[in-house]
Amino acid sequence: MRSTTKMVLALGGLILLSPLGLIIPATLGAGSAWGEWGADEMKRLAGHVPAGLNKMSGLWKAPMPDYSFSGWEAKGMPHLSLAYICSGILGAGAIGLAAWLIGKLLAKKSGPPRP
Amino acid sequence: MHIPDGYLGPATAAAGYAVMVPLWMAAGRRVRKTLHARQVPLLAIGAAFSFLIMMFNVPIPGGSTGHAVGGVLVAILLGPWAATIALSVALAIQALLFGDGGITALGANCFNMAVVIPFAGYAAYRLASGKSPLDSPRRAVAAFIAGYVGINAAALCAGVEFGVQPLLCHDAQGQALYCPYGLSIAVPAMLASHLLVIGWVEALVTALVVKYLQKSFPELLGAKEAHP
Repeated sequence: MRSTTKMVLALGGLILLSPLGLIIPATLGAGSAWGEWGADEMKRLAGHVPAGLNKMSGLWKAPMPDYSFSGWEAKGMPHLSLAYICSGILGAGAIGLAAWLIGKLLAKKSGPPRP
Repeated sequence: MHIPDGYLGPATAAAGYAVMVPLWMAAGRRVRKTLHARQVPLLAIGAAFSFLIMMFNVPIPGGSTGHAVGGVLVAILLGPWAATIALSVALAIQALLFGDGGITALGANCFNMAVVIPFAGYAAYRLASGKSPLDSPRRAVAAFIAGYVGINAAALCAGVEFGVQPLLCHDAQGQALYCPYGLSIAVPAMLASHLLVIGWVEALVTALVVKYLQKSFPELLGAKEAHP
């Protein structure tokens, strides 16, 4: 099998396994990464929300916040896992396509001699 | 390590972009010279791989999480400049589509994860692998070391960026306006989680993939070094 085909299949495997990245931390009660708390979490941790942080933290409304669909936050792990897989497909697709286009734009036409 | 909006003051956020714009341009120039058409799919796969590996949150003792980035692996396969492009694309889409990492902090996040990880990791890989043949076990060990070094160097940078905020931006009463934790908290917090847990994850991912490629597709490992 060609290396590219194998690698794309491996990426598909990672997408299917990705909910482990939600389920394992949730099972062990692990929360956000250090320094990635939302304003409400910050209030709990530091006792207050710094003024600038409060103002800037809502700056951008992402279409799929936290790798989920808006409104699905309380739907439970099966729904969150499904949303996570959808995010994986969408994200990997968008990123792969964007990087491919940039690569096409930059790359030389001729390939190197095959080893 | 994805700094959200609101943690960095305007000056730091602007500095992140000011540093990245020339680096993105330099990466474009370097990649134009070295990337071959045949390697374009690998660039796309590398960017997508890095995005997906970042979805695997790993619990860290103390109740937080972290994840590998995969940036060292992309640097080993395509060189650090191409990795800068691949990782920057991944970080931009993460910020825009999923709100993972801030829009204002994108410059700083790209510096940490798309520049420091690939360059520190690649330097460690070249140093540790020396002149060893492409199929030597030493290469996998070098990849392991490189993964550990790369992500910890980036964690240190992120810790410093968080930690200088209370010094740079505070109100008349001395209350921090952005990240409220200074260097003495932010740097140890970022380093501890990465030195103790995430560094080993990045090291293992990098070494396992390099080991697999040595066996199955060794030509991918040589591509960078035959045409640096």
